[in-house]
Formats: sequence, C-alpha cells, structure tokens
Amino acid sequence: MPILNKRHSVLPGFGIAAGYTVLYLSLIVLMPLAAMALRAATMSPGDIWALITDARVIAACKLSFGASFAAALVNIVFGLLVAWVLVRYSFPGKHIVDALVDLPFALPTAVAGIALTTLYAPNGWLGKLLAPIGIKVAYTPLGIIVALTFIGLPFVVRTVQPVLEDLDREIEEAAMSLGATRLQTFLRVLLPSVLPALLAGFAMAFARAVGEYGSVVFISGNMPMKTEILPLLIMTKLEQFDYAGATVIGVLMLVISFVLLFIVNLLQRWSGNRATSH
Amino acid sequence: MKFMIAVLATAVFATSASAQKAVELLNVSYDPTRELYEQYNAAFAAHWKAEKGQEVTVNQSHGGAGKQARAVIDGLEADVVTLALAYDIDAIAQKTQRIPADWQTKLPDNSTPYYSTVVFLVRKGNPKGVKDWDDLAKAGISVITPNPKTSGGARWNYLAAWAYAADTLGNDDAKIRDFITRLYKNVPVLDSGARGSTTTFVQREIGDAYISWENEAHLALREFGADKFDIVYPPASILAEPPVTVVERVAKKHGTLEVATAYLEYLYSPEAQEIIAKNFYRPRNEEVANKYATQFPAITLFTIDEKFGGWAAAQKAHFDDGGTFDQIYLPK
Repeated sequence: MPILNKRHSVLPGFGIAAGYTVLYLSLIVLMPLAAMALRAATMSPGDIWALITDARVIAACKLSFGASFAAALVNIVFGLLVAWVLVRYSFPGKHIVDALVDLPFALPTAVAGIALTTLYAPNGWLGKLLAPIGIKVAYTPLGIIVALTFIGLPFVVRTVQPVLEDLDREIEEAAMSLGATRLQTFLRVLLPSVLPALLAGFAMAFARAVGEYGSVVFISGNMPMKTEILPLLIMTKLEQFDYAGATVIGVLMLVISFVLLFIVNLLQRWSGNRATSH
Repeated sequence: MKFMIAVLATAVFATSASAQKAVELLNVSYDPTRELYEQYNAAFAAHWKAEKGQEVTVNQSHGGAGKQARAVIDGLEADVVTLALAYDIDAIAQKTQRIPADWQTKLPDNSTPYYSTVVFLVRKGNPKGVKDWDDLAKAGISVITPNPKTSGGARWNYLAAWAYAADTLGNDDAKIRDFITRLYKNVPVLDSGARGSTTTFVQREIGDAYISWENEAHLALREFGADKFDIVYPPASILAEPPVTVVERVAKKHGTLEVATAYLEYLYSPEAQEIIAKNFYRPRNEEVANKYATQFPAITLFTIDEKFGGWAAAQKAHFDDGGTFDQIYLPK
C-alpha cells in the first residue's frame, strides 16, 4: 500500500476518511444533482432558453433572489445585534431568548407562513396597525421578505455567536483606552473579526431563503408577475406533469445560487485573510 | 405440556385458516375527501366483513390532487385512486400504464360515484349582491379563488366561469377572454390550494365572494358558522366530477383486485350514497338524491366534455404554460 505509506499528514486514516467523504458526498449531494441535470438535459437547448427567458420566470427570478438578498441583509444587521446582546450582556431570561433564536429552525415552515400571514393580513394584529399608514405586508413582496427574514435569522446568530464569544472583551477595552471612539472600535476592531462569520451566516441565510417554499406561499398571495417565487413556478410545472421544465428551473436556481455563494465564499476568504493579517 | 402446545397450535392454525387473511388497501385521494372516506371506509369494512368474512383496512393518503397523482406516478403503490379530476388519473394511465386507458368506462357515471358543482360563498346577507358569474367581474368586487396552476379544484372554478361566459356571450373568444380577465383582476390573492383560499376568505376576511366547491362551501358554513356566510347558487355552473378507479396493475400485484373493485363499486350503494350526501357531495342514487334535494338545489350544469372537449383539451388550452390563464397576467 504505497499510497497510504506516504506521509500526507500526521493524522492517521486519511485514505479511509477521504474515501468516505467522496462516497458520502456523491450519494447525498452529487447523485441527486446529476439526476437533475440529466432530466433537464432532456429538453432541447432552444426550449431551455425559451423557458428561462420567459417573462414570468425572469420576474420570479428577480423576486426570489432579490427578496432573499434583502432578507439576508436585514439578518446580518439584526442577527449581529442579537448575537452581540446574547454574548456580551447577561440579563434575566437570557437562556430563554437564546433558545427562541432557534425556533425558526424547528418550526414547520408552513406553520410559520400561516402565523405570519395571520399577523400581517389587513385584519391581523400588525396588519391592522400598518394598513392606515398605507403599508401592506401580507400578499406583497414585503411580506415575502418578512417570511424569509424569519427563517434566516438563526443562521446569522448561530454563526456569529461563537466568534463573538472567543473575542476577548479586553481587546475592545484596549481599543477604547487607546482613544478609539465607539464607532471606531466597532468598525476597526470588532467588525473585521466577525466579518468572515457574518458572511458565512449571510450565505446560509440567503441560500436557505432562495429555496424556501412552505412559508412564502401563504404570505405572498402567488400573483403571477408580482409575488410569484421560483419554487412556486417549479410547483406549477409539476402540476402539469412537466418534469423537465421543473428541473430546468431547478438547475437555473442552482447555478445562480452557486455563483452567488462562490462570490460570498471568496469575499469571506478575503476578509478572513485581512482579519488575520491585522 | 407438549400435548397442550400441540392442541394450541392446531387451534391457532385452524382459526387462521377458516377466516381469510386480513387485507389492506391504500386509497390515494385529495384533500377535501378526508371526512368522507373516514366514514365510508368504516362502512365498507363492515360490509366486506359481513359479505366475505374478511377484515379489510383501508389506509388513506390525502393531499393536493396533482401532488397525489405524481406520487402514484413516482411509485406510491395505491390500490385505488380517488382524485379531483380525470386529467390527473389520465396522467397516471399515460405515464405508467398501471391503469388502462379506458378506465373511465369501468364504473357507472364516468366512474364518478358522486359529483359536485361550483358555487359562491359570500358574507352574511350578501352585501355586494352577488347573484351570478357576471357580478364577479364587476368593478369593486373582490373575489377569492385558488391558483388554477397549482390547485386542481380551482381549475373547475376557472372553467365554470369560462363556460358561463361562453354560454352568455355567444362563444365570442375575445369577449370571453375579456370577461375572464376582468374576473381574475378582481382576485387579490391566489392561494396554492382550496383550503388556503378558505382560510383567506374566512379567517383573513379578505374578499366579497369566494368561488368554492359546493361541498367545501357547506363545510365552511358548518365549521365557521352559518351566521357569518351565505351560499349563493348561480343559475348555471359546472358539473364537477371527481373520478375514482382501481390501479389495476398494483392491485393485481398486491392480490387485492377483487376487494379494491368492490371498494369502489360499493360507493354506488344506497348506504354509501347516504354518507356521500351527508358529506355534501351530490349523490348519484336517485332516492338518496331526492331525500337530500333541499340541500342540493337544481341548477344548470355544464360539462367539461360539451364545453371544452374533455379534460386533456381543457388543460392544454387554459392551464398549461402560455394558456389562457397565463395570458391574463402577461404584461401588455
């Protein structure tokens, strides 16, 4: 066994671990994706092009990715805040608040969608207050962003929290005692350290939001060209037993998501390098 | 001791041989039949036990009709399917050959032991005076109906409106399209399924009229209070026929062909027709129909075949991509 005898690493078991990793990833991730690509390839390139340049698909594409992006942005601001409060302060009931953060993970998304719609519908608790000032949430793109923000929150909080916990309070105190303002401390000391984690949280919240179906269909109203998300278009294709068309949209979503996540990954690496070189 | 065991063993063997082995059926159905089949399955089990001395357990699967049909196509081993429209069963027949192409001729009345129609549910006292389909297309009316692209039931609603327009506007295609466009511009929310639309209309209090299957409208009255809503019968509507059939190839494989066929045939018995009427589906049996006549007012019912040339043609012209429904929403 010459390969195993080569000293790749001081840790034993590389061969087995690598083999297992490749097998596992193939079974769980690559094979379903390959099956999808094959199914999509049963359509002619001309048909595929006509499908993905269809006005409705483009409108849904903009909405799905736009709303997911907006929701992930909201989450990195407020998720960071939540993580910060949970790490730096102690207050009664902190453990309960900490546990609350995970609820969007656990709740079936349809339940979340129905609950949010109940709140934000024109006759709901919040909808009733917002309606007189002309803000409509349920059955508008804003409602979709609200639902996606809800399901994405834990991703940001849970990725940033451990990094903040590792960050010594003394570093901030040192910055302050050396004359940095609060804003400078935040921007120059705190943010660079948590930025990689924040970006990772952003990427996860974003990716989760793009694929979300259950909660969104209840609050969006599903109006063609206006509040129709890509996963709903996939469902409508399936209702026509158009499996190929459905997978083409699926592959389209995958490709766009992959490119975007790849960019986020690069950004994350870049910010990570910057943080460590400081 | 040994003798005792031997006696016991023979006794057990004898009893299990005399009574037939218990049998299980899987009925794959759509959402609004849940209550109906719960009651019917118990009635059929009793009937089968009395007739053949065999225990039968019917397992139910409910969901959106299209999703259920796809599950069967993808390999869910249903012995019988009881779905919302013939199009979904046609799809199973075409894609899997597990059902013969002429399935709809196997049982009486197009293999639909019960039928229904599409009516309007309105707020108590009908404040907007909705009486007929053209009222739904008027300005200032808000109408709730699910998305026909995702809901099988909603396709009946759409076709009912279309059939009305074709009948009153003299088959003038441009006028019909204009009517349908005005009607659907009055729809503020297109829920993905019928129960979602019920929630929107009943709980969220959105909309003046809810286009609904008759049985769902009656259920809504029973569940949410007859003091809050009224059912309005338009003078004409669509004949909604949710069909049933045996998935022959699966039933043969399971050895359940006989009991599966009997299960569907028994739906036409007076006893089952009672259960059907109690669950607000219209019975086929005349005596039962007469008994429940006040519950089901007689109105003109257009059929899919006469107005649209069958489900396959209707699906293609109206609900497939680029069909008349999609055209309503295309930017002009």
